[in-house]
Amino acid sequence: MYIEVKDACKNFVQDGNEFVALDHVSLGIEKGEFICLLGPSGCGKSTLLNALAGFERVSSGSVTIEDTEVTAPSINNITIFQNYGLLPWRNVLKNVELGLESKNVPKSEREQIARKYLDLVGLNGYEKRYPKRLSGGQQQRVAIARGLAVDPDIIFMDEPFGALDAITRMKLQEDILNISRKEKKTIIFVTHDIEEAVFLADRIVVMMADPGRIKSIVKVPLGAHRDRTSEDFLYVRDKIFELFNLKTEGYIEYYI
Amino acid sequence: MKKIISIKNVIISLAILILLWQLLFSISNYDKALFPSPLMAFDALIEMIKNGLLLENIKASMYRFAIGYVSSVLIAVLLGVILGRLQSVFKYINPAVQLIRPISPTAWMPFIVLLFGIGDIPAIVIIFIAAFFPVLLSTVSAVGNIDPIYLKVSKNFGIKQPSLTWKVIFPAAFPQIANGIHLALGTAWIFLVAGEMVGAQSGLGYQIIDARNNIRADILLATILVIGIIGILLDGLLKLIENAILKSWGGDE
Repeated sequence: MYIEVKDACKNFVQDGNEFVALDHVSLGIEKGEFICLLGPSGCGKSTLLNALAGFERVSSGSVTIEDTEVTAPSINNITIFQNYGLLPWRNVLKNVELGLESKNVPKSEREQIARKYLDLVGLNGYEKRYPKRLSGGQQQRVAIARGLAVDPDIIFMDEPFGALDAITRMKLQEDILNISRKEKKTIIFVTHDIEEAVFLADRIVVMMADPGRIKSIVKVPLGAHRDRTSEDFLYVRDKIFELFNLKTEGYIEYYI
Repeated sequence: MKKIISIKNVIISLAILILLWQLLFSISNYDKALFPSPLMAFDALIEMIKNGLLLENIKASMYRFAIGYVSSVLIAVLLGVILGRLQSVFKYINPAVQLIRPISPTAWMPFIVLLFGIGDIPAIVIIFIAAFFPVLLSTVSAVGNIDPIYLKVSKNFGIKQPSLTWKVIFPAAFPQIANGIHLALGTAWIFLVAGEMVGAQSGLGYQIIDARNNIRADILLATILVIGIIGILLDGLLKLIENAILKSWGGDE
């Protein structure tokens, strides 16, 4: 298995109460898969992602990537955050070059690579702008370009489109799906949006809260081109709704 | 447009000040030599400019100010960035800082004069002390308050020290550090005059004492005006530098 989580537990103490964020979670991920971690807040999906990305250690159990224990973040596995994490004192180009600088890529080559990925995310011509002059969607595109520029093996995405409006979000979902096919990266994507998960994932890891655990893993048997209105799509989506006990019986389909 | 309004405001404000001064002069019964009119002070100013005394004293003051203030800011920022990252160490330093900080720098004056004698050093040391604590404390707090996401991203992209400080921590903390540097400028300028009144034989502070000794209230008031004007100019200059840095780091204003 490329990425392996074995019997991972994570406990927090909050205001004197112990809180179980991950309760004996085990999960295997193949190289090149697009995995969505889906669940309500408090289900431990972000904790699991942070453990995979190396920002937090699990309390017990193990997290390995290519049979190596994850102990710290690595430039081979880039995390995309909900609030983008762009450096506001750098322009778009310099932001994308950030990781290339610590990889000691020569200056001329850095710019070339950065421009290539800005092009890929559709931000050609925005090189000299500063992050605060961009919309949220554009900022997240810069963050994605910055992540891709260092040619990582894995991309972790922590509710990356959570702060965006619905239309922008859908556009970015399509783009990230295309990019993931083109760049052949392993992507682990945290979301609480069922439709987003069905649209993006090869497999959806459905998680439950209190304690945080995996309820089931749903394979999404949809092809590369996904239509949000197709019957197959709705069928998979309904299956997930059922898992969350959100589907009401009867003829009227009423979703919250 | 904003600039025009502000120039207009400055002129009106200064006109009111001079008018009040003139009014007080006209109605007061003090001797003219003790309480001169604006015009008399202006004449004294011209006299000082002509005989070169003013320029000489400004030069002496600016020299001390530049050395004291710049060295203080550099050391305080450097120390502040280090201590800001080492909050566990700062915990043990902070109480001592808080003890020394509220002591007026002039209180150190006799001690400094005893140690270094009269000359440039007492004024420089006073300015150094006056600027040091505001800059140090604002830097420590600025570095401590950096949005953790910048550090997370840096860690992810493999940015290590010393690049981390230069590329991430310093620019992220800069706006708040700049506030401290700015605040310290005013304080340092105030204490320059105090320092020179006691510990020097030249400079604008000394000129005030000298004018008093010669009962030249006109020179005294003219010098006070000059001190105020230089203070404003220094403030404006610093603002320009600050804005230039912020602009090169993506700030529009």
